[in-house]
Amino acid sequence: MMCETCGKKMATVHWTEMVNDAVKKMHLCEACASAKGLDVNNPAAFSDVMLGLGAQKEPAAKERDVACALCHMRIADFKKTSRLGCQACYETFADELKPLLEAMHKGNQHVGKVPAHKEAKGAAKAGLLPSLAGLRQKLEAAIAAEQYEEAASLRDQIRQVVEKAPAARPRPAKEKE
Amino acid sequence: MKVVDELLKNPSAWLKVGAPPGVMVSSRVRLARNLEGVAFPGWAGEEESLSLWQSLRPILEALPGCAAPVALEMEGLSRVDKEILIERHLISRDLAEKGRGSGLVFKADETVVIMVNEEDHIRMQAMSPGLSLRGLWRTIDGIDTDLERQVRYAFSPRLGYLTACPTNVGTGMRASVMLHLPGLVLMNEINPIIKGVNKIGLAVRGLWGEGTDAAGNMFQISNQTTLGETEDTIISRLEQIVLEIEEHEKHAKERLLQQKEISLRDHVGRARGILTHACLLNSKETLDMLSALRLGIELGLLREWSASMIDELFLLIQPGHLQKVEGKIIGAEKRDLARARLIRTRLTAKPACPP
Repeated sequence: MMCETCGKKMATVHWTEMVNDAVKKMHLCEACASAKGLDVNNPAAFSDVMLGLGAQKEPAAKERDVACALCHMRIADFKKTSRLGCQACYETFADELKPLLEAMHKGNQHVGKVPAHKEAKGAAKAGLLPSLAGLRQKLEAAIAAEQYEEAASLRDQIRQVVEKAPAARPRPAKEKE
Repeated sequence: MKVVDELLKNPSAWLKVGAPPGVMVSSRVRLARNLEGVAFPGWAGEEESLSLWQSLRPILEALPGCAAPVALEMEGLSRVDKEILIERHLISRDLAEKGRGSGLVFKADETVVIMVNEEDHIRMQAMSPGLSLRGLWRTIDGIDTDLERQVRYAFSPRLGYLTACPTNVGTGMRASVMLHLPGLVLMNEINPIIKGVNKIGLAVRGLWGEGTDAAGNMFQISNQTTLGETEDTIISRLEQIVLEIEEHEKHAKERLLQQKEISLRDHVGRARGILTHACLLNSKETLDMLSALRLGIELGLLREWSASMIDELFLLIQPGHLQKVEGKIIGAEKRDLARARLIRTRLTAKPACPP
C-alpha cells in the first residue's frame, strides 16, 4: 500500500484515530507521518495516537486520573503499553475502552464460548448469553440447511433476547469520583 | 538443550504436508485466557509470574489433549533453542524475550502448544498442515474445557474472556491460515486481494516480510476481531475467504501457464539453477527460490522433488535450525555458506561447491 499523502513511498504507518466516535484511518509513509507530528519512534506517544487517547483537543484538562483498585494501574500506564493490568481494569477504564472496543470489534457483546462455571451462575441470574450464542449458531445452521421457517423463528427468538439483554439498555450512570 | 535437539528429527507440525502440494500450507487456532484475580503477565511481578508458572505447569502437563508433554521454561534456554522454537511456530518472539516464570508446555508431536505468561497467562494453540480450522477449533476447545475444570478464568458476561490487550477480548480466539501464493504475486494481483481481505476485518501478513516483499510468497490470513461474534462465525468467514483466495491463486496459475509460459519456465529453471549451484545463499533469496521450486512442483513442471521436501527446507534454512544442524553459533556470512551447502546436499546429494 502506498502512502496516502505523498503517494510515492510504501505506507508503513497505519494510524487509526477516533474523531467524534467515528473511526478515521490513515496509511502513511514514515516521513509523512513525522511531518504530521506523529512521533513513530516513540512508542508511548505513538500508541496514544493509535488508540485515539492523545488525540483530544484538551487532554490535560479533561483527563481522568483513576487507578485500578485491584492492580493499581493508572490510565498513563495503560497509554504507555496499550496493555491492561488485570481483569478489573476493564471496569476501571471502561470509559476510555468503550470507543476503542467499538472501533476494534464487530460488536460490544460477547456471544462466543462461556466457561462452564460462569455459564451455570450466569444462566441462573440472567439466562441470556449462552442461549443467545446458541440461538445464533442454530440460526446459521438453519440457513445453511435452507430451513427458512426454522430460521425465521430463530431470528424472532434472537430479537426478543437482544431486546431484553442488559447490553441493549443504556448503562446506569456511574458515580463521579 | 537436548529436548530441543530432539525436535529436529521430525518435520514441524505446520509443515508435514500431505499428498498433493496445495495452496493451503497450514492452519492454526489459538485462544488467549487469563486466570481470575491475578494481574496480567506484563503488569505482574516476577514472583507472581513464577508462582503462576509453577502451579499451572503440572496442570497443563496432565491435560489429556497434551499427551507426552514437554515443558520448557524460558530461563535456561539458549538463544538458538529459542530461535528454533520460534521457527517451528511453538512460541512467539514475545515469549522468547521473557525469562523466569514464562514457559511453554507442548504435545510431543508439536500439534498443541500452551504458552504461559506471554502477553496473557495462557495462550494455547493447535496447528496442522493444510486447511483444517474446524478440526483445530474442536481440539483447542476441548483442551480449554478440560482446563477450565481446574482453573477459574477471568471472564465477563458482556466482554467475554478478558485479555491484556483489548484487541483480543471476547472469544480470545485468533484463527489463521498460511497460504503459498506465488501465482497471485507473479501476476501482480496480490495487493488488491490483500486490500479486499483487510476490508472485511481479516489481517494479511507475509510470514517473512510484508506485502509484495513477503519472502517465499507465504502469507498468513487471520481474523482481526474477537468480540461480537461466535467462534464458529469467525472461523466460517475465514474459511470462506481462504477458499476464495485458493480459487484466485489457481486461476492466476492457469493464466501464468497460458500467457507467460516461457517466463514461468525461466523463473522456475533459474531458481533450480541457483539453488543447486550457488555457494552462498542468504535467507531472503533462498525463500524466494524455494517458492519458485514449489510453484514448479505444484504445476507439474518439476518432478524430481516433492512439495513436502521443499516445505521442510523452508524450515531448515532458518537461522536457528541452520546453526543447530551445524552444531555451533555462526555469523551471517558463514550461515549463507552453510545454507547453500545444505540446499545442495538435499536437492542434489552433492555437498561440494560446484565451480
